[in-house]
Amino acid sequence: MAEYGTQPRMGFFTDTSVCIGCKACEVACKEWNGVPEAGGLDLLGMSYDNTGALGSNTWRHVAFVEQPKPAESTVDLGMPDVGAPGQDDPGVRWLMSSDVCKHCTHAACLDVCPTGSLFRTEFGTVVVQQDICNGCGYCVPACPYGVIEKRESDGRAFKCTLCYDRLGAGMEPACAKACPTDSIQFGELDELRERADERVRTLHDSGVPEARLYGHDPEDGVGGDGAFFLLLDEPEVYGLPPDPVVTTRDLPAMWRRATVAAVGAAAVVVASFLGRRR
Amino acid sequence: MSPRRERAMVEPAEFRSYYGRPILKEPAWKQPDVPLYLFLGGAAGVSAMTAALADVTGRAGLARVGRLVASGGSIASVAALVHDLGKPLRFLHMLRVLKPTSPLSVGSWILSPFSALAAVSAASEVTGLLPRIGRLAGAGAGLLGPPMCTYTAVLLADTATPSWHEAHGTLPVLFAGSALTSGAGAALLAAPAGEVGPAVRAGLAGAVAELVAEHHLETGLGLASEPYRTGRAGKLLKAAKALTVAGAGLSLMAQRNRAAGVLAGAAYLASGLCTRFGVYAAGVESAKDPKYVVIPQRERIARRSEGR
Ligand code: SF4
Ligand code: SF4
Repeated sequence: MAEYGTQPRMGFFTDTSVCIGCKACEVACKEWNGVPEAGGLDLLGMSYDNTGALGSNTWRHVAFVEQPKPAESTVDLGMPDVGAPGQDDPGVRWLMSSDVCKHCTHAACLDVCPTGSLFRTEFGTVVVQQDICNGCGYCVPACPYGVIEKRESDGRAFKCTLCYDRLGAGMEPACAKACPTDSIQFGELDELRERADERVRTLHDSGVPEARLYGHDPEDGVGGDGAFFLLLDEPEVYGLPPDPVVTTRDLPAMWRRATVAAVGAAAVVVASFLGRRR
Repeated sequence: MSPRRERAMVEPAEFRSYYGRPILKEPAWKQPDVPLYLFLGGAAGVSAMTAALADVTGRAGLARVGRLVASGGSIASVAALVHDLGKPLRFLHMLRVLKPTSPLSVGSWILSPFSALAAVSAASEVTGLLPRIGRLAGAGAGLLGPPMCTYTAVLLADTATPSWHEAHGTLPVLFAGSALTSGAGAALLAAPAGEVGPAVRAGLAGAVAELVAEHHLETGLGLASEPYRTGRAGKLLKAAKALTVAGAGLSLMAQRNRAAGVLAGAAYLASGLCTRFGVYAAGVESAKDPKYVVIPQRERIARRSEGR
């Protein structure tokens, strides 16, 4: 374990360009963390994705995007595709991406939690202390990525802990460990950011201009994500918000406005008692 | 990939999504618990202010109604909040810290002392015991009344829910106005006609603030205004406006005609309920459809890259 104050911030870099959609991460996460099943055998009937979204019972979620293959794509990334060879119709391609809690630098869930249940760990991650959470549910609508959720059967809020217990024991998170293609990479955030820049350069040089990073920028609306991504299309295509902002950025303005309105209401009531006796 | 791409003609702007699935989680709060909590808190806040001032200006009937409503309303508001918790027995965890970044934490620290003070003053009112302490407690509740009216607006606005967050400048004004009409409504309904003058005047001012703010919600927030105009929220807010106008009109006769006062009070209170349920419904609607997330955020990116 690192000395107090010397522990670097840890995170995930999920490189979706090598994801094969095997869902080993989903399974490993459930097994390690004892996450209950989400909804029995629900088939969503929209793609190979029957998990649907992140939630209290899904801390990793592999998205399957099925779309017309971009004709300009010159490099075969080995993505599975369909379509007759040698025809003008380029067929379809799948984009896979394993989504997870972003462990935001400015985490709205943590900011708004009234009990202090959500806290920032020595690894720079965001974790719910289950013995403190009272299930007020405020973190749920606060998250700009729609990650954290109340577990119906329990009443409290749950989400990815970035395997806080494993990190404490010097191990990598279960999902990263299980990922057979190294699509999920765990490590020191600074180093992951450099590695990601390098990977984007490589992809651009080899004719994949659509490769881009998401959540890597410490200047973005949430101060950068502790878990960031390399995507091959716009974020919204994967169900991610294109420009998330931590809601508490505007909180000082909100409190000011609420104070003015409260003083206004008080002034109205006082004035209504002035003058006439009736 | 979104099936919506094919329907680009009917959408306000082209946008893409993951099979049209929501990006955000809907607010996890129960209905009717939380909209009721918003309504009761506002009505209680204004009633406490009214009671304190009615007390010092010698309007015993108005003071009595104010104290009872402040106490009943705030205790019911606490009950609604506790009932909404996933672990109700852990309500006191709300008070283990005071976190300015959490409107629910700040709110709990306003609501808890408010309801205790309001309860003491109401108990003294009903039993006639300890009148001095009752008056002091009532004055304390009166001082906490104004923040009671508006902290709930920050509570909703401090979320990623598009139609609430975008309305963060407007909701406090709406909630202050709506609290004024609700508080006035309770007084008009139950206080002696000879003493309701202040409630009539406060109600009229509140009605104006409410109508102006409601108009801004429905038209001034770009795409985030749409949920306030359409669907269930649209109907509720339309009803709220009509009821507010009716209440304001009837309240002008309240001092001469008791029946008009009772009707005005009922209209104001019904309007308060419609407002809170309407605002709540609009927020939920805006979290369900990814377009309310994607389109405004895309526009923001475009504005930034144009350097504006
Ligand atoms: S992604 Fe959501 S749940 Fe995760 S840290 Fe950020 S705000 Fe919290
Ligand atoms: S549900 Fe739990 S973790 Fe979420 S804000 Fe409330 S107390 Fe905090």
